[in-house]
Amino acid sequence: MIIETAKLNLYYGKFQALKNINLQIKRNLITGIIGPSGCGKSTLLRVFNRMNDLIENVRITGSVFFDKEDIYSPLYDIIMLRKRIGMVFQRPNAFPLSVFDNIAYGPRVWGMNDKMVLNEIVERSLTAVDLFNDLKDRLKTSALALSAEKQQRLCIARLLAVEPEVLLMDEPCSALDPIATGKIEELMQELKKRYTIIIVTHNMQQAARIADEVGFMLLGELIEFDSAKKIFTNPRDKRTFDYISGRFG
Amino acid sequence: MKDKIAEKFLMVVAFSAILTLALISFFIFQQGLPLIFKAGLHNIFSTHWAPTRGHFGILSMIVGSIMVTAGALIIGVSFGLACTIFLSEFSSGTIQKTLKPIIELLAGIPSVVYGFMGIVILVPFVRTHFGGPGFSVLTASIILGIMILPTIVSISYDSLRAVPKTYREGSFALGATKWQTVVMLLIPAARSGIIAGIILGMGRAIGETMAVIMIAGNALKIPHSILDSVRTLTSTIALELGYATGDHRAALFACGSFLFIIIVILNIIAIRFKGKE
Repeated sequence: MIIETAKLNLYYGKFQALKNINLQIKRNLITGIIGPSGCGKSTLLRVFNRMNDLIENVRITGSVFFDKEDIYSPLYDIIMLRKRIGMVFQRPNAFPLSVFDNIAYGPRVWGMNDKMVLNEIVERSLTAVDLFNDLKDRLKTSALALSAEKQQRLCIARLLAVEPEVLLMDEPCSALDPIATGKIEELMQELKKRYTIIIVTHNMQQAARIADEVGFMLLGELIEFDSAKKIFTNPRDKRTFDYISGRFG
Repeated sequence: MKDKIAEKFLMVVAFSAILTLALISFFIFQQGLPLIFKAGLHNIFSTHWAPTRGHFGILSMIVGSIMVTAGALIIGVSFGLACTIFLSEFSSGTIQKTLKPIIELLAGIPSVVYGFMGIVILVPFVRTHFGGPGFSVLTASIILGIMILPTIVSISYDSLRAVPKTYREGSFALGATKWQTVVMLLIPAARSGIIAGIILGMGRAIGETMAVIMIAGNALKIPHSILDSVRTLTSTIALELGYATGDHRAALFACGSFLFIIIVILNIIAIRFKGKE
């Protein structure tokens, strides 16, 4: 168990976006979170690296444990948390810097300025997402000149550069075409060996293809959480069945 | 039919604005250029300014304009950027909504008021605490620095705000602090807008006349320290045009031509940077 929530509630002002979420995420698996738009799945993902802290008027009750420590306890080091739990966003958000500076951004934030070491990190990270051969002669060009898929890969590489333990992915393929999506999914299978991945997606086929465990959310509640096989073949809850069989969503 | 008339009318109005600019530039150069050719660049770029006796050296004024502008930039850019970063990244919505209009209001204060505040408060302050006559490069730089704040703040604020939220999120998600995000990501991302703001502020500082006349001292020499008096190109034109005739008058237009060229160059650079965004 790497992440665990207990009686987690989250409010945006008066609106309750997450209702009594209890879930357990296992190490080195891909956990998918599915559900219709507005069900709170992205909000839940952003609880894990405390990205919701950036929004005003957010209130959280209950607890979230990462590696057995409560990340919402007042003394918890958020900066360290965000190094250990990285995030890939819905739209590729490669910075308007060179490819090299994008990858080196995280390590530099963490105080690494040795050119040799940075070179090594950049090479290693780009290799991990299968971009190095492609980009090795273009490290100085702007990252914004790359295709959407390559930008998303670059964003993943940028995360790997700070050596996280968990990768949060918020609909990482929603801005990509099917072929690019397939490639990113392949990459995720590869990354699973070394990282724990939590992916939010509204694409059920995607969850079925890549996730080991799946949680189904609806209107802020976690309706069901089980192995992907169970969820997609024999769900316990009628609402889950209705959703995966396409009755709504 | 009515549409056609409105269209033609608006076109005439729009072109008359451009025509005015064309006429101004034509007139300045038409009056100034002959003297520059007649006297020769050697005479123009000397420090001897006695236009009624054939000496048209405007070097000390050019140096004066440059020093005052540079001083204004040092003050305006450092305070302006600090202010922008605070407003855009470190303050709440309410503070932003209160402070930004107030800073923009600075742009609406007539320059004679700045000059007046300079004479009453800053000149004596500089004289007693730093020495010299008080009417100096330093005094003029401080006042001009304050005057260009709104230009720098509002343009660089807009370009910082225009940096997509997703960049900030991406940076925070890598464990960067707010300050690291500002320095490593937001300023580079908003760089072209910030530079455009600085250049426009610079244009304003070079062109400012009234406040500078009142507080710079207007001594016709190349200053040796920031506590010396200076005279700028604009001050010379404003102070002398009232009684100048003949070549003297033409020499003032020559000053104008130099100013014009400097400001056009600055604006072209600013537009280039803005366009890059």
